[in-house]
Amino acid sequence: MTWPFIIIALLTIASAVATMTLRNLVHCALAFTVTLAGLAALYLQLDAQFVGFAQILIYNGAVAILVVFAILLTRGSEPPQQAIFSSTWALGVGIAVVVFGVLSAMVLSSHALAPAGPAPAIASVREIGDQLMTKYILPLEVVGLLLTAALIGGVLIAMHETKTK
Amino acid sequence: MDGPVDQIFVTAKDWLVGLAPAPWQPLVSALISVAAIIAVFAGLFAITTVLERKGLGRIQNRYGPNRVGPYGILQPVADGLKALTKEDIVPRTADQVVHFLAPLVLVVPVFLALAVVPVGRNMVALDMDTGVLFFFAVGAATELSVFMAGWSSRNKYSLLGAMRAIAQMISYEVPLILSAVTVIMLVGSLSTVKIVEAQAGYTGWLPHWFVLTPWGLAGFVLFLIAGTAESNRSPFDLPEGESEIIAGYYIEYSGFKFALFFLGEYIGMFAVSGLAITLFLGGWHAPAPFLNWIPSYVWFFAKLMGLIALFIWVRGTLPRLRMDQLMNFAWKFMLPMALVNILAAGLWRFVPPGAVRWAICSATIVGPYALLGRALFQNKHWAKRTYRYAE
Amino acid sequence: MTPLSAYLLLSALLFAIGLAGALTRRNAIIVLIGIELMLNAANLNLIAFWRYSPNPQALTGVLFAIFSIGVAAAEAAVGLALIISIYRHYKSANVDQVQAMKG
Repeated sequence: MTWPFIIIALLTIASAVATMTLRNLVHCALAFTVTLAGLAALYLQLDAQFVGFAQILIYNGAVAILVVFAILLTRGSEPPQQAIFSSTWALGVGIAVVVFGVLSAMVLSSHALAPAGPAPAIASVREIGDQLMTKYILPLEVVGLLLTAALIGGVLIAMHETKTK
Repeated sequence: MDGPVDQIFVTAKDWLVGLAPAPWQPLVSALISVAAIIAVFAGLFAITTVLERKGLGRIQNRYGPNRVGPYGILQPVADGLKALTKEDIVPRTADQVVHFLAPLVLVVPVFLALAVVPVGRNMVALDMDTGVLFFFAVGAATELSVFMAGWSSRNKYSLLGAMRAIAQMISYEVPLILSAVTVIMLVGSLSTVKIVEAQAGYTGWLPHWFVLTPWGLAGFVLFLIAGTAESNRSPFDLPEGESEIIAGYYIEYSGFKFALFFLGEYIGMFAVSGLAITLFLGGWHAPAPFLNWIPSYVWFFAKLMGLIALFIWVRGTLPRLRMDQLMNFAWKFMLPMALVNILAAGLWRFVPPGAVRWAICSATIVGPYALLGRALFQNKHWAKRTYRYAE
Repeated sequence: MTPLSAYLLLSALLFAIGLAGALTRRNAIIVLIGIELMLNAANLNLIAFWRYSPNPQALTGVLFAIFSIGVAAAEAAVGLALIISIYRHYKSANVDQVQAMKG
């Protein structure tokens, strides 16, 4: 376990915990941004540069700002009056602990995980483009359609309803 | 020309790195690149502040600052001393941590963005396979600092300015990236070094820069307009216009933090100009083959100063755009034009070279431009302004 | 070289944290952030498995992650639009109070 991995992993976990436990919603959103940046750093550690930079561009540059806008539009920037955790929070945390326990038991007891593979071919952008245009053309078109539908749907849902007389 | 004067900085850096012990050499090399970028561009920032104030002054028929030093050229020294010694006032109800971090979140990504811009032959800090994507990714990360500054000040005007600034920046990011996509398409690579190399060569006296093609010229104009909006410069500086909402999202900042915001904004302008030069103006290549003996970095900085002069000229000349005019311009004009530009670039690639190619591509760009302009001017009518809230 | 199990444990932990947040917080936007965190943890899993796979030239993991990022962004946009629309009706973004269909 190299030192960069340990530092980035600790930062990501700390900011994820902060995201889920802070009282002020805007602080939660900013901690979420740090978590996403930490994840992008982990992708760069794993030699997936395109995904890492696309993660920063899409998540930090767009989704985080969208979340912040939604918090401000729903008056979330004022301190919350009631409790921030629901009344059944113990059950939720219990379920999460059980899920983590099962996953980690699976990972640690598995014999199929190779210790370290050979150095991979670097995922160059040219190859990603080639694959997107030949083997994965159908998912690409479907995702394009999905994004168009999400764009139109989002605008329609959040638009003001015109009162019909 | 690949002579010794051209490569003088590369040889100096290699010699300095050679002085360090072997396991430390990558770190020393990185540190020297970082120090060079910060020193050069911060110095350029100082010069630009004086040039801007003198230039704006002359456009507005007055002298600019001319007290400090001959013709006022030592003004940045006075400004720097003032910024460093001013009292750092933070409002008591402000969010202390976020208020402190906002200038840092602005300055660090814009300096990172300068790392992929090739300043001369073999003179780029980071030669990555995904250079242009890296530039846009860190450019997008600066928008969060705008929000952090505006929200943490707990000031209505500050928040309003921040919301406007973010809306403007995300709207203009789309034409910015789409006009860069045309260049990426035709070069076939996201690496800035390869994009500059693809613009080498001359036909007669004309260079093979992308700006000298129909889609390149349209793309360059779109990129510069979107870059002006991304850097919040006039005529798109409604979020920070001094006559609108005082200083917008950095009202509550004083002293050194304000200077950092100022620095971050200007360095952002340099970064966008640097990328425009890399993508469209041939990077560090000379404009004519007989001018090749001038070193490559001289050409890059000459082009950069030219673009900065263009930004200052536009700031002094055009009036500010209103928020709805600004958003309409981005979504209804620039985005369709950027998409049409991509089509024109695709046609340029597949039609064989000649006059036919020029005619087809120019018609593909000028036709929609005229039609779109005519259509957008027809729906202008006067009406009472209405406001909409979220509930 | 970091072993693959370290990455998998990290992604399982992030998934569990996102799940805990999505199940316990009252504000709908934080629930959405928890769901996004779970999606990101799954992306980390994909990239880690791609990197340590015997055939990394196939780029399957990278492309799957790219599509996942795109779809997650679309889902976040629609989810937040829904939350804003619900806020307009109930004047509150708490998931406990949207219970008009409760008997």
